Amino acid sequence: MSEAIELRGLCRDFDERAALHDLELELAGGETLVVLGPNGAGKTTLLRILATLLRPSAGEVRVLGARLPGEAWKVRGRVGFLGHDPLLYRDLSGRENLRFQARLHGLRGDIAEQRIGVLLDAIGMERNADRRVAELSAGMRQRLAICRCVLHEPELLLLDEPESHLDAEGREAARELIGPAEGRTRVLVTHEPERALPDADQILRLETRHMERRADKRASLVPRAAREARL
Amino acid sequence: MTPSRLAFAAILGKDLRAELRTLQSLPAMALFAVTTFVIFRFGLDRTSLSGSLGAGVLWATLLFAAILGINRLFVAEREEGGFDAIRLAPIDRTALFAAKAAALLAYLLVLEAIVVPVFAIFFLGSAAALPPVAAVVLLADLGLAATGTLISSMAVNSRARDLLVPLVLLPLAVPLSIAATGALEPLLAVGGPGYHRFGTWLAVLGLYDLVFLLAGYAVFDFLLED
Repeated sequence: MSEAIELRGLCRDFDERAALHDLELELAGGETLVVLGPNGAGKTTLLRILATLLRPSAGEVRVLGARLPGEAWKVRGRVGFLGHDPLLYRDLSGRENLRFQARLHGLRGDIAEQRIGVLLDAIGMERNADRRVAELSAGMRQRLAICRCVLHEPELLLLDEPESHLDAEGREAARELIGPAEGRTRVLVTHEPERALPDADQILRLETRHMERRADKRASLVPRAAREARL
Repeated sequence: MTPSRLAFAAILGKDLRAELRTLQSLPAMALFAVTTFVIFRFGLDRTSLSGSLGAGVLWATLLFAAILGINRLFVAEREEGGFDAIRLAPIDRTALFAAKAAALLAYLLVLEAIVVPVFAIFFLGSAAALPPVAAVVLLADLGLAATGTLISSMAVNSRARDLLVPLVLLPLAVPLSIAATGALEPLLAVGGPGYHRFGTWLAVLGLYDLVFLLAGYAVFDFLLED
């Protein structure tokens, strides 16, 4: 299977501080990469670069065959991004937010409505979909954000702690939409490795020893075979 | 790629729906403008204004009221993640510029539909000047919407947003203000509207609109980069 993500010497600096340094990675299509690491290790930065929301400072980045940032336009619309913010407008209802996203992604009319209905039903939000987002709990917003993330049926899912704020029922529902499935490539950032590791094909462990010194940023890539041997 | 007209319609529709629901910008803009007219009426102790004084009072009030709306134009995009959501979509980002400028233009038109008649009641003897005045402010609104959208998108990431917008916008709006008041002055002359050099000022307004609409189209994509 062709590579969905290829990173060669990826670096990202914020002023004098290195968030990512010399990161190497290959992830085949259909695989799941679990990214682990402490706060400030660069996990979210990595996801935002893969989502075309941040430019790398140096190195080569290929996502779904497109070289970033130059060919970012080829990737947009093929990626589903679930970050810390739900990316929902508070003054619109959940359904209106999803309709807005559907239109941005070129889904129209009955197709969009049908897809929105199926997703809301699957995530257990059908009854609350017409309430303003500002009135919803954090868990309900996260459920809507998951619907937004997969609304356009992306080839690559970039998930930053997707189960945060979700109850047990919500986690099960979310797993149906963003969990491992045939042909679905995922990059999953988590602080709960015990839940994510069983699905991992590769594990990327980002570490931060001293934030100010680039040389001390460490990344270690553990492929599935090594992980299984270690377990 | 999603066609730009669809993205434009989606963003504009979202903005207008949110404003209709929350009324965060328009009531404040209209209230500010009407209050300013009241202050001018009693501050100047005049029941009628004409010529350059009338043009100055009308335009300055509209411009400062517009700043209230410009300040808030991208707040939802900044605070609720709209920028990221739009940047993730397969759309031409200039659709966002066009939609935001159109939303601001709509706010300005509604504002003027309310406050220009109020200005006429406070300061003009008749309504004869209102149709050509409406044409002038419409042309000026296009330029103000283009400039305001550009400045707002740059300032929204700053914590000093409320300060930055007027500081950057007002100098850029000087040519627009000169042309707008130049066109309005003969329309508000004592004895009824005149049209001395009216066409020249309209041409200047049109040129300003064109320059800033093109500038917005050219640079907006870069403004959205990280």
